[in-house]
Amino acid sequence: MNTFLPATPVAVPLTVAAVLAAVNQHIARRLADALAIAASLWCLSACLMLMFRSNHGLIVYWMGGWQPRNGAAIGISFAIDPIGAGAAAFASFLVLVAFVFSAHYFDSVGTLFHVLLLAFLAAMCGFSLTGDIFNLFVFFELMSAAAFALCGYKTEESGPIQGALNFAITNTIGAFLALSGVGLLYGRTGALNMAQIGKSLGQTHDGLVVAAFVMITCGFLVKAAVVPFHFWLADAHAVAPTPVCVLFSGIMVELGLYAVARVYWTIFHGALAQFEAQTRAIFVTVGVITAVIGAFMCFAQRHIKRLLAYSTISHTGLMLIAFAMLAHGALAGLALYVIGHGLLKGALFLAAGMLLHHLGSIDELKLRGKGREAIAASGLMLFLALGLSGVPPYGTFLGEALIDSSAEKLHYSWISYIFMLAGIITAAAVLRVVGRVYFGWGEDLDRSQQEEGETDEGRETSGGEEIPATMFVPTLVLLLMGLSVTFIPGLRNETQTAAMRFMDQGAYQQQVLQHAAPPQYQPPAEESLLVPIIRGLVATFLALIMAGLVLLPHPLRKGINGFSGGISYILRPIRIVHSGHMGDYVAWLTAGVAVIGGLFAYFIH
Amino acid sequence: MTDLGGELMRMLPFLVAAWLFVVGLYGIVTSRHLVHLIMCLVVVQTSTYLLLLGVGYKVGGAAPIFADIPVGTPAVDPVTHALMLTDIVVEATVMALLLALAIQAEERAGSVDPDQLRIMRG
Repeated sequence: MNTFLPATPVAVPLTVAAVLAAVNQHIARRLADALAIAASLWCLSACLMLMFRSNHGLIVYWMGGWQPRNGAAIGISFAIDPIGAGAAAFASFLVLVAFVFSAHYFDSVGTLFHVLLLAFLAAMCGFSLTGDIFNLFVFFELMSAAAFALCGYKTEESGPIQGALNFAITNTIGAFLALSGVGLLYGRTGALNMAQIGKSLGQTHDGLVVAAFVMITCGFLVKAAVVPFHFWLADAHAVAPTPVCVLFSGIMVELGLYAVARVYWTIFHGALAQFEAQTRAIFVTVGVITAVIGAFMCFAQRHIKRLLAYSTISHTGLMLIAFAMLAHGALAGLALYVIGHGLLKGALFLAAGMLLHHLGSIDELKLRGKGREAIAASGLMLFLALGLSGVPPYGTFLGEALIDSSAEKLHYSWISYIFMLAGIITAAAVLRVVGRVYFGWGEDLDRSQQEEGETDEGRETSGGEEIPATMFVPTLVLLLMGLSVTFIPGLRNETQTAAMRFMDQGAYQQQVLQHAAPPQYQPPAEESLLVPIIRGLVATFLALIMAGLVLLPHPLRKGINGFSGGISYILRPIRIVHSGHMGDYVAWLTAGVAVIGGLFAYFIH
Repeated sequence: MTDLGGELMRMLPFLVAAWLFVVGLYGIVTSRHLVHLIMCLVVVQTSTYLLLLGVGYKVGGAAPIFADIPVGTPAVDPVTHALMLTDIVVEATVMALLLALAIQAEERAGSVDPDQLRIMRG
């Protein structure tokens, strides 16, 4: 069994999916649930096992036993390190949560939802574990195809169809970009194994290598939803079934960034080593723009799921900044941030799903004051919102602390203010929702005419007087995990070591191609967390104030009306740009690739 | 003369691939009909076929089936063909899904014009 363990996170969910697809309507719903949950539990435990084992060195698994000969890889390999296995384990965990949550969620007969979600899981696991770049592309497309179908799952409505179309078209173009880059790399090196490509590229950084780098990176950044590739994300999240949103925001978007990091450190690190400063500057710029635009767009929303989606865009910007540091401290911070954010954002979407289940609406203004009936959802949201601002002891806090201290050494200490700004605004937006929905604070704006698109969506469930335990418990578990992940002993050290392993291109090549013994790494001394703690508390305080100001009773509100009017004046053109027109989205995508490619071409020549 | 001609012939698939990618994108951006838009996406995809085939092509190379030719005969690279086949299979799924969504758009929203399918904005 041990020999095949690395292949099971892909094989098991795919097999179960095939069986469930074959028996479709002839199987009891509960049995299908049980099978699907068992498959995701298997993936979770297999990936955790792989994560702990790979702590001492890469686990390389060659499909069909096609080992490399004389240092040349012909077969397809999984090259598993703690970060990749960790990502796969986290994906499995979120899929498990989604299955539990949806046990009483959809009333549909048949197993299509299970089948799609399991295929999605298999693709995410393969994507995280693979060591072959074409394999990476194939899993990327499998992941996308399953995600498109899941996004448009509610086919009886018009919104999901449009959201799924926007999502599918932009992401497919991204995949073609990445594939073209892979083709160029193969033409240059004759290899598809990432270690082998990296080895044969060495230090060369001519036009072809830079073009391939830009195409692959931009292709994956479409999935990571950074500005200006982000348009699809808000549409897809606003319409996808709630359990699916948990996966989109919690792990799928982050996997786009994971692929960029993986490809950078296995293939391009040597070639672009002398341009690290320029690469850093370009990605930090893109990240800052994403974080700021996402945060403001988040605050401007009234559709709660769309609001959360823009918050995810903002946080992806922060994650891109963390990657852009190209340092092991920041990479470790990024890994922790992804987990912390995924837990919180997943729980927030589930809480929104509970509101929709209980009150039949997801429009903040329409729900004003009605939240008292759904105290569980509102209460959870309150605690989750605080986590977004990065207050200790939420998981986001520890990640942010590591990223900040790493950035400081690279003279990028100002990015900690971007982290604070994005944290404050996105947390304030969710706090505002809680204030308005639960306490009924703020003006009654529902009837005011605002030029806006879809602000609400239909029920996904038959609705109910009570929130079933299968909805409440997973949300609570995510919240508690988000709160306690910081306290895992030795977490910072282990993650730092894992990040060092992830970034060591030479050791990666030797372990994959020559069965070399893995080097051991010494994590740096743990730094004091006093400054980050103060920073987190200040951010939370400011978020509370910001939410409070917006919700002030009418006469007191006069004072800030001019201010908020000014903000919406600035935001107007940005909101108009989010036109909902897929042609526009693709035009922005093309422009984004051209600008990023142009910048790299300018700096590297 | 032969050099220039040979160089041009060598570059041709890549130039055409780049052209197809860009012209497909132009079609998507300006499209007024979902089915037309999806076909433009197929045009973009075709560019990746051409790129992969161009990468694997070898002047004077035989088909890489070594059953009836001696080992060592120059042959075109079979790996790129495998990649292209995989690409076709994967994308056929995506295109089928997209066309199904287009049918649903006509049924639910009553239109296949991207200009009319804009309830998601802001």
